[in-house]
Amino acid sequence: MPPPFSLLNFFRNRDTLRKFFAEEVVQRFPNNNPLDVDKVTTGVSMSELEKTPKAETGNVTGLYTEHEEWVVNMGEKTIHAKRMPGFFRTLKYITESFWLILFLGPYLRWNGKQALMLDVNDRQFHIFGLTILPQDIWMVSLLLLLLAMTLFAVTSVASRVFCGYFCFQTTWVDLFTWIEEKIEGNPNARHKLDAAPMDGAKFGKKALKHALWLLIAILTGISVIIWFEDAFVFWGNLLHFNLSLIEVATLIAFTLGTYFLAGFLREQTCLWLCPYARIQGVMCDSQTLVPTYDEKRGEPRGRIRKGAAAEESKQGDCIDCFQCVQVCPTGVDIRQGQQLGCITCGLCLDACDSIMDKIGRPRGLIRYMTLDEVNGLPEKKLYQHPRTLVYIGILLIALVGIIYGLSHMGNLTLRVAPERQPLFVRMSDGSIQNKYTFKVLNKTAGDVQVKVSAEGGVKGQIIVDGGKPQLIHHGKASAFTVFVKAPEENLMSETTKIQFRVENLDDPNMKAEYDTVFTGPKR
Amino acid sequence: MSDNHNSVGGVPTTGHVWDDDLGDFVNQPPKWWMLGLTASTIWVCVYWLMYPSVPVAIAGHHWTGIGLPGSGQWSAISELAADQKVLDDARAKYEDKLKGMTPAAILADAELSEYVARSGKVLFSDNCAACHGQNGVGTVQAGKFAQREKGLMAPILNDDDWLYGGTVDTIHETITGGRQGMMPAHKDVLSAAEIDSLAASVAAGTPAANPLFAEKGCTGCHGEDGKGMQAMGSANLTDKIWRFDGSPEGIKQTITYGVNSGDANARVAVMPSFTAAGKLSDVQMKKLAVYVYKFGGGTPAAAPAPVEAAAAASEAPAAEAVAK
Repeated sequence: MPPPFSLLNFFRNRDTLRKFFAEEVVQRFPNNNPLDVDKVTTGVSMSELEKTPKAETGNVTGLYTEHEEWVVNMGEKTIHAKRMPGFFRTLKYITESFWLILFLGPYLRWNGKQALMLDVNDRQFHIFGLTILPQDIWMVSLLLLLLAMTLFAVTSVASRVFCGYFCFQTTWVDLFTWIEEKIEGNPNARHKLDAAPMDGAKFGKKALKHALWLLIAILTGISVIIWFEDAFVFWGNLLHFNLSLIEVATLIAFTLGTYFLAGFLREQTCLWLCPYARIQGVMCDSQTLVPTYDEKRGEPRGRIRKGAAAEESKQGDCIDCFQCVQVCPTGVDIRQGQQLGCITCGLCLDACDSIMDKIGRPRGLIRYMTLDEVNGLPEKKLYQHPRTLVYIGILLIALVGIIYGLSHMGNLTLRVAPERQPLFVRMSDGSIQNKYTFKVLNKTAGDVQVKVSAEGGVKGQIIVDGGKPQLIHHGKASAFTVFVKAPEENLMSETTKIQFRVENLDDPNMKAEYDTVFTGPKR
Repeated sequence: MSDNHNSVGGVPTTGHVWDDDLGDFVNQPPKWWMLGLTASTIWVCVYWLMYPSVPVAIAGHHWTGIGLPGSGQWSAISELAADQKVLDDARAKYEDKLKGMTPAAILADAELSEYVARSGKVLFSDNCAACHGQNGVGTVQAGKFAQREKGLMAPILNDDDWLYGGTVDTIHETITGGRQGMMPAHKDVLSAAEIDSLAASVAAGTPAANPLFAEKGCTGCHGEDGKGMQAMGSANLTDKIWRFDGSPEGIKQTITYGVNSGDANARVAVMPSFTAAGKLSDVQMKKLAVYVYKFGGGTPAAAPAPVEAAAAASEAPAAEAVAK
């Protein structure tokens, strides 16, 4: 009985399948037996394979041969990546520290209140002195557009910069593996420890590691929550075990999510879970800078042998030291070319450069290159890359929209809805009365009194109780009704344009207008 | 069809091969799938015990399931009641205040009157709009009454013409106690020519200019200036608002047959008493009074009742009676 089918089992059982395919191929193509390829997997390097092409690309045998060579990382083996110092390693530390804002941001205070708070409960966002109410939410959609376009533009120029340098998954995995390295030692020690039977020392190390991971995970959960409610109040409630169900659920979800995604799933998240990894793949084209192995310079690769000077001249610069694979957090071999596992973090560049320095060859065997450069095509300028320009264009439009929105927010917003049934009422003295519902939004911190006035409209119109001050509560929309009465003989048409204005009684500069109509009988 | 029936690669197939090389594996469904199927089967049984879709008769009753443990049997009506309770709880803070307040005090309180303006809409639509029209725009007679009752079925409520007065208290009185219009038929009192003459001057808006107006006793109800008396609900004949048909023909009909006069052709104008009907609570009638007032035609009280005074008055109903 074969084991139940699953994707994982499919790859685990691929030896069976390979045999199955191979036998099938033997039957069909007796002159081109892929079973010979088994020789290749037993220690003959890639370069030799290329010298003696067993399988022509394009035919079915070639396909299976590639399958043979291609390692699909399904997470069976934990990747213990080596840490090597270098330019990109330092850069990564700097960009990753961007996430300190997540942890520290909520503790900033501004005028006695939390400076940065996405107060979803009260439907307002506070950003220092600025309060964004639901009425301004269109700016948030522009902000999302801006961020998406920034991602697209950056990706089209320099590939997955977000994945490699900024992504929370990358950052947290980096942090978790850093802790792992401090406790359990270098990758070799870690592999040995994983294979060793459980004893006191191993248990102690593992327990400490998981405790620290969980601590960071809990801190992450707390830090996420306190962006949405007052940080100090939340900490108080937390320490008194006085959290609401939704807070507990959120905290548990983020804690476990962080713990498992960063502690266990790691690069599997990038490979099989994350949609952005795949989306960004299609943003790249032949003009995009990606970490690339310079095949022309590197091949044929081979170890340096002492005293073999004649042979050395034929060899490329790659000495097959596997440092680039060992430092890779997702476990890919960059020498196989750009691939979906590559988060373009540049750590293999550091590794390779350090080796090149040691063997006295120029740096940059692995470097940021475009596909055009690899193929020897002339390098194009940015302005010859219209897709990027379109991204930047949309990005700028969104940015202008946000700046306009922020600078034109105003403290007072007015909406006037004319009554629809009846459109007008004839009063006992024969005049025509219209009813309007005013909705005034006060975005300031205090309540204000406003008065209503009108421009345009019908000659001789009266705003009933127009001078009466209306109290507008702060932070929300207050509604009140206004009646306008006008003599029928002054009506020139069925509808007359009228502009209403509300004005703060104490500060005439704080005002808002709204255009609407005065309706009379059909004529 | 191929003659290749080999079970290749050690992977068992059904042995059925078509299109040269396509075969079916005989793999079991995945374990997670089988587990899911089993769990679903068990869940169906549990769910059926909780909420049976087929009623089972036991001793003359339908067994309706055990419901959700801890919250008992489910029924649509109890779910509705629970939902309504949520709504009532949200409204309670206003409704409780309304109980002890006079309509004038409610009107004076900006927050409460805004609440009434929002929540009174359903009340008005359910109880008033049939005659007074949606939003109090009035309803023009139709059908078999169209001839006899030409004009409005009930007064427009959003203008500022009131038969019995437009202060919020009078409106409240009208709702609680009802009103009955009264105008005698004049077909036996006045000659056709006199009725013509009077109707013409009323239609012109100047009834007092006609000597017949005082002579025939119209002033008794409509006043010497023809502006009506709100105490008895007689119409103002000089303004631009017509309770009934405002054409000379319509006015003639009103004068000839009267209003609620017992004549078969008389106009009918009856506002039922909602206290007698027992359909609405005190608070609901107060809300309606404020709601109608806020249509835009309400007459402000001579001295608007300050909130404090109204609150004090509501605490001591006896004192209120004396003050009136």
